[in-house]
Amino acid sequence: MNETRRGFLKALGLTTVGTGLGIPLLRALRPGSGTVLAQVSGPAETAPAAVPGRQWAMVVDVEKCLRDDVRAAVIEACDREHNIPRIPDPKQEVKWVWSDEYGDIFADQINAHTPAAAREAPVLVMCNHCTDPPCIRVCPTGATWKREKDGIVMMDMHRCIGCRYCMAACPFGSRSFNWRDPRPYVEHDENGKPLSDFPTRMKGVVEKCTFCAERIDEGGEPACVEALRQVPGAEGALVFGDVNDPESEVSRILSEHLVMERRPTLGTGPNVYYLVPDALPALAAAPSAGVDGNHPVSERGEVAP
Amino acid sequence: MIQNVLHGGRRYWGLLAFWGVLILIGGLAYSHQFAVGLQVTGMSRDVSWGLYIAQFTFMVGVAASAVMVVLPYYLHDHKAFGKTVILGEFLAVSSVLVCMLFIFVDMGQPRRVMNVVLHPQFHSLMFWDFMSLSGYLLLNLVIGFLAIEAERKGTPPPRWVRPFIYLSIPWAVSIHTVTAFLYSGLSARPFWMTAILAPRFLASAFAAGPSLLIVLALLVRRFGGFDVGARAIRSLGTIVTYAMAVNVFFVLVESFTAIYSGIPHDEEAFRYLFMGLDGHAALRPWTWVGDALAVVSLTGLLIPKIRHQERWLVLLCGGVFASLWIEKGLALVVTGFIPSPLGIVTEYAPTAPEIAITLGVYALGGLVLTALYKLVLNVREKTQLA
Amino acid sequence: MTSRSRIALGLGVFFLLGAYPVWNGLASSADPERPELARAVDSAGATGCIEDTTWMKANHQKLLNEWRTSVVRDGQRTWVSSTGTSWDMSLTGTCLKCHANTETFCTRCHDYADVQPTCWNCHVVPEGGQSEGGQSHE
Repeated sequence: MNETRRGFLKALGLTTVGTGLGIPLLRALRPGSGTVLAQVSGPAETAPAAVPGRQWAMVVDVEKCLRDDVRAAVIEACDREHNIPRIPDPKQEVKWVWSDEYGDIFADQINAHTPAAAREAPVLVMCNHCTDPPCIRVCPTGATWKREKDGIVMMDMHRCIGCRYCMAACPFGSRSFNWRDPRPYVEHDENGKPLSDFPTRMKGVVEKCTFCAERIDEGGEPACVEALRQVPGAEGALVFGDVNDPESEVSRILSEHLVMERRPTLGTGPNVYYLVPDALPALAAAPSAGVDGNHPVSERGEVAP
Repeated sequence: MIQNVLHGGRRYWGLLAFWGVLILIGGLAYSHQFAVGLQVTGMSRDVSWGLYIAQFTFMVGVAASAVMVVLPYYLHDHKAFGKTVILGEFLAVSSVLVCMLFIFVDMGQPRRVMNVVLHPQFHSLMFWDFMSLSGYLLLNLVIGFLAIEAERKGTPPPRWVRPFIYLSIPWAVSIHTVTAFLYSGLSARPFWMTAILAPRFLASAFAAGPSLLIVLALLVRRFGGFDVGARAIRSLGTIVTYAMAVNVFFVLVESFTAIYSGIPHDEEAFRYLFMGLDGHAALRPWTWVGDALAVVSLTGLLIPKIRHQERWLVLLCGGVFASLWIEKGLALVVTGFIPSPLGIVTEYAPTAPEIAITLGVYALGGLVLTALYKLVLNVREKTQLA
Repeated sequence: MTSRSRIALGLGVFFLLGAYPVWNGLASSADPERPELARAVDSAGATGCIEDTTWMKANHQKLLNEWRTSVVRDGQRTWVSSTGTSWDMSLTGTCLKCHANTETFCTRCHDYADVQPTCWNCHVVPEGGQSEGGQSHE
């Protein structure tokens, strides 16, 4: 189905050999448009070969993430790792991973009798790194794309023109726009340097969770998953792995439990899965306060004016 | 020929100065937005498109509506439109210009806008919109200028331009269809995801555009001493009537599906428009005023006795134009974002800089239109004297 | 005054204004002082720049663009120089290891050349380096 559609769109594109096609063709034909040092140097050829067909995925254990300190650790780790600005105006907030209410995230799964406490139970949400992402379909510049080697939906902040079409297309509200220069709102140390080396963004571009692609490229794991290793009892609250590898922990969980994903009927194929508690009381008993657990105020750093 | 644009009376220069002041204010507001980012607008994480994109959408319709004079004149030899056709084509030129500017002022990183052609993505409707709008601008510029040049010389337009005129007809339909596809292909936004959006866009465009053209033609007659003829105005009035009737029908058809089926996501947007949702109802008064205008204007238009009196026709056209502006230039885009994918109702209201920039863009279109119409008037004056 | 002469006059004024950089350069006889750039700080293991200075002067911007595309879009981080040495494609991690002071190395020359790259709007200068502190060059 998806393959057919992609094929159709491709055909649609190819049949219309218009002005648009002319320019890339010209670029390709233009002499010297290859690498600057094509004759003498270039990207190394000994790079680790990508495992074909890999698709990174995350399993969120909803019950374990009911604990405020678990969610706070996740959000805090992400904020620090990516120098995410803490903008007070919720209309202009930047969020990569945050917590929202169960009833809003799984609006199709609740009914008139779902207890209020369950509706309001906090659940972590982030970019779903969909198998067929609508954001990528609509992006006019290729600033967001799906990595072939591991299925991460990436963002190129250098190429984004800030048209926000991807934000209109994302059915999960996972994308944030930099309505202003985020630098002044990024937590910094006493020397005025941001806490992480990760580049901050500039105004006018869209950003979102990237599954910490930069860490994965160096053999690491997402910062949120790593941070939970320091939280006692949080083991397995977030499980990250290759969903196409039958031996992975993620695959094991998916094969042994009934898990949910967000808005499956839209066909985007989210790769963030939710392991929900077997019994409702677990959800209903959750502390409903602190749902607005976004960007917990840190005592280590301060936000510049 | 073009230097004639620089000769004019006090009223002409007064009008240009008026546009100039608005452009200046808009320019200042834009330089502020350019410096500090889109934070100066009322848009937000949830409502990520606002007034700019809505105006773009509305004006694509006005641009496309030129086909409503081009088609009867060139395909059906409807002679009454002989003098109207050039006004329609130049209206299209300035409207497309306005559309492109609205897209531009909406960009977060305007300096990178050429990335759309440097890294074209054939699966993005935005790319196709960019292409079709550029093509349409070019077509109408060429056709319009050749027509006016031919008239000045008293010769028929060159034969080779005929195919381009015929091409401009489906092209006009395509620009608004592609613009509708920008919206109607998004599974995230049930309010937009309807197959009737493109037909609806076309119907409302063919009502709003000719309405504007009627008003412009009467203004040109009054202040420029150039009469397109009562028959042309009457034909345009008929077009507005049919298009508006079809548009109202389409809106009803769409409302029926959304409301009768009762699927919350589809219904909520309509509930927000007419009654408000979760205590938010910013668009409610606009919706009711717009719909009342639509009903009253359409009723008036449907009665030939009223429609055929130019005094009334102008009023009715004003009503049609205003109601469609509310529908498309205000409600359509914002409501698509309500409620958000996470069920939140975030309201949107444009800010002062946003409105200033919007007026500035419209003023730039007004300036171009004024100059182009002046060109037409000069040529007509000379040929009439000769 | 006929339109013809008016147009000619207008074109003349336009041409003169457009050629401002040329005649301004000709008029000011003194050569502007070339900026003094900071020498690279020796860092452990580094045996000089990734390519020779002349080449880097002319091509560093293209190279950085290439690195950017390679790292961000292709997830490919290792780059081999013309002498066969492997380098991590990283502005802050590789270049700034030696050219630690962005103020005296980058900014000074960019000001001289009147170019405003936006690297430091986002990229974080590592400890010890100077930067404009996130002030955007618009």
